[in-house]
Amino acid sequence: MRSLIVLSAAVLTLFVAATAQAFCGFYVAKADSELFNEASQVVLVRDGKRTVITMVNDFKGDVSEFAMVVPVPTFIEREQINVGSQAVVDHLDAYTAPRLVEYFDSDPCQRVVYEMASPSARMDVDGAAVRRQKSLGVTVEASYTVGEYDILILSAKESNGLITWLNENEYRIPDGAERVIGSYLKQGMRFFVAKVNLEEQQKSGFSNLRPLQVAFESEKFMLPIRLGTLNARGKQDMYVYTLTRTGRVETTNYRTVRLPSNVELPVHVKGQFGDFYRTMFAKQSELANERGVFLEYAWDMAWCDPCAADPLTADELRSLGVFWLDKPGGKASRRGAAPLAQDVFVTRLHVRYDAEHFPEDLMLQETGDRENFQGRYIVRHAFEGADTCGMAEEYRASLIERQEREAKTLANLTGWDINDIRAQIPGLPIEVDEPWWKAIWN
Amino acid sequence: MSPRIPAIDPRYYQIAVLSTLVVYGTTTLGFGVRWENALSIVLAALGTQYLGSALLTRAAFDPLSAIITSLSLTLLFRTDVAMLAAFAGFIAIASKFLIRVRGKHVFNPANIAIVSLMFASDRAWISSGQWGSTTISAVLLIGLGLLVLTRAKRAETTIGFLVAFSSLLFARALWLGDPMSIPLHQLQNGALLVFAFFMISDPKTTPDTATGRWLYAALVAVLAYAIQFVLFIPNGPVIALAFAAPLVPLVDLLSKGHHYQWVASTAVTDTPKGVSNA
Repeated sequence: MRSLIVLSAAVLTLFVAATAQAFCGFYVAKADSELFNEASQVVLVRDGKRTVITMVNDFKGDVSEFAMVVPVPTFIEREQINVGSQAVVDHLDAYTAPRLVEYFDSDPCQRVVYEMASPSARMDVDGAAVRRQKSLGVTVEASYTVGEYDILILSAKESNGLITWLNENEYRIPDGAERVIGSYLKQGMRFFVAKVNLEEQQKSGFSNLRPLQVAFESEKFMLPIRLGTLNARGKQDMYVYTLTRTGRVETTNYRTVRLPSNVELPVHVKGQFGDFYRTMFAKQSELANERGVFLEYAWDMAWCDPCAADPLTADELRSLGVFWLDKPGGKASRRGAAPLAQDVFVTRLHVRYDAEHFPEDLMLQETGDRENFQGRYIVRHAFEGADTCGMAEEYRASLIERQEREAKTLANLTGWDINDIRAQIPGLPIEVDEPWWKAIWN
Repeated sequence: MSPRIPAIDPRYYQIAVLSTLVVYGTTTLGFGVRWENALSIVLAALGTQYLGSALLTRAAFDPLSAIITSLSLTLLFRTDVAMLAAFAGFIAIASKFLIRVRGKHVFNPANIAIVSLMFASDRAWISSGQWGSTTISAVLLIGLGLLVLTRAKRAETTIGFLVAFSSLLFARALWLGDPMSIPLHQLQNGALLVFAFFMISDPKTTPDTATGRWLYAALVAVLAYAIQFVLFIPNGPVIALAFAAPLVPLVDLLSKGHHYQWVASTAVTDTPKGVSNA
């Protein structure tokens, strides 16, 4: 029996050990999508009715047994389908990932006047050229090739027989798929089936399946998730990156919630940032009654501060389908540098969903909100040097207060035991919460 | 039927409920209400109300309705441009004074401000998803809303709209073969309930007779459904109301009744207001 994957996608990401310098702090770690198992990634580019969707596939297994059914709002022709680059999606993931920044306290006995740098990390043109070379797979393949995939575009009439076709070709269909497919067909949605062409896949030299891209025009700004909930694998994580022109994207039929951000945490979180982020996300998801869609990043693509990774180049953005950017060959390209990526607003949404809490597809809308938002977590290192003046005493006292505050913040965000946290902070007295009556006569 | 409880202007209840929702939305649901927007809206609405009363009517300045409009706009209207927020306050109240048929204003003030600015600018939007769909808050909203309604005595529009709109949602689910959890999820939307209880219910801009109001409510529901599920434009109900409002004078012509007064003029000393809204 063959298996069937329905609009789900995987994280085949390589760890990019990027380190970027930023304003008054250093970026040290990021919580990218590979933290979460079974996380799929979708990039949605949209302006007006024009939409380009990139789906990262999470299929792990024998590719000859693999087929993907992709629901799309309109009938699709062969030329509307493309195979994208995993590297670009990875770059987008790294750029938008929640980040940990660290600061070092200065010697309280030395008064230093800081000259503050401009609070932006707008990328420079020279740097962009280098980064373009670093990024793999930026070149977009000829639009007529569909890479390692055999795409079976079923006409409207044949789509009705989709189930029959799948059955005849021995694909295992998840329970309830028929009903959902029937509903989608009545709503005017269409499907295509992607199978792996083994010969082409060997020729391509990629061991992993690359993302599939589809360009179409539709009034519907939505993401069909219902088929994906049928796999009965429990809750799944999905990252939706949207690239738009006006502003932030949000869901209209579920709450879009901003994750707690810009909070100061104990220094030891640096060593367990992934663990912290996973736990915090689970806690916040619970607080939103498991029906929240979480905003992790909303930013103008031209810059970042601090940068978890550099902004995407114009070429990378075009490969994701940002069709409104100038074609290469403009002034900047002739000088050998990529034009500054602009006029693109990126939103990163993280949703943990299942059929029970997300019965309806995600309906999206673009808002006029251009306010920047990022998941940013701060650790501050205490001054390690010797105390050489009276000011130091004051500093040490305030340090204890601060560390206690940070411990409480961490406990609140994650639900971890406050005393376990305190024990990991050197110099912080552990206040064991004894019953009040123990202190009366003793 | 005259009210047994001493007649209190129901707009005080509306102000209390809407203020509660603004506080709840800002503190608990993360509405991201900008204080400068709220201030711009209130100042523009009250200023326009003052000028309108002084220049266009002989009525005394009555801030209640303008406050309700300001609260509705603060609750629903989103923009990151404070000028647009002020403009919303102005359009809302100005429409009340300027667009009138037979002594009755045509548009719900907050509604026409939101819809016209949403179409005119890409920097204005409403966040219907932000209300979430938790049953508890839905029930809370219904309870609070009903309180307002029973005082306002014109529940037909709210009930009519909700019944018609939910029927359409359930019918759609049946036709598509979808599980009933989908229409239930769609109905548990706080924004929909706020619309039903606080916007379409506005007694000043709905038809004068009960029959007219049932008819009107059903019409708004059908339009809302078409906008959201045929044209795939989000926020169907809010947009539908703006397009249906010009039909109210026609409905009134066919089915004649009395204009609504916020406070029965015989019951209290306060004079009825010629120009008000919800």
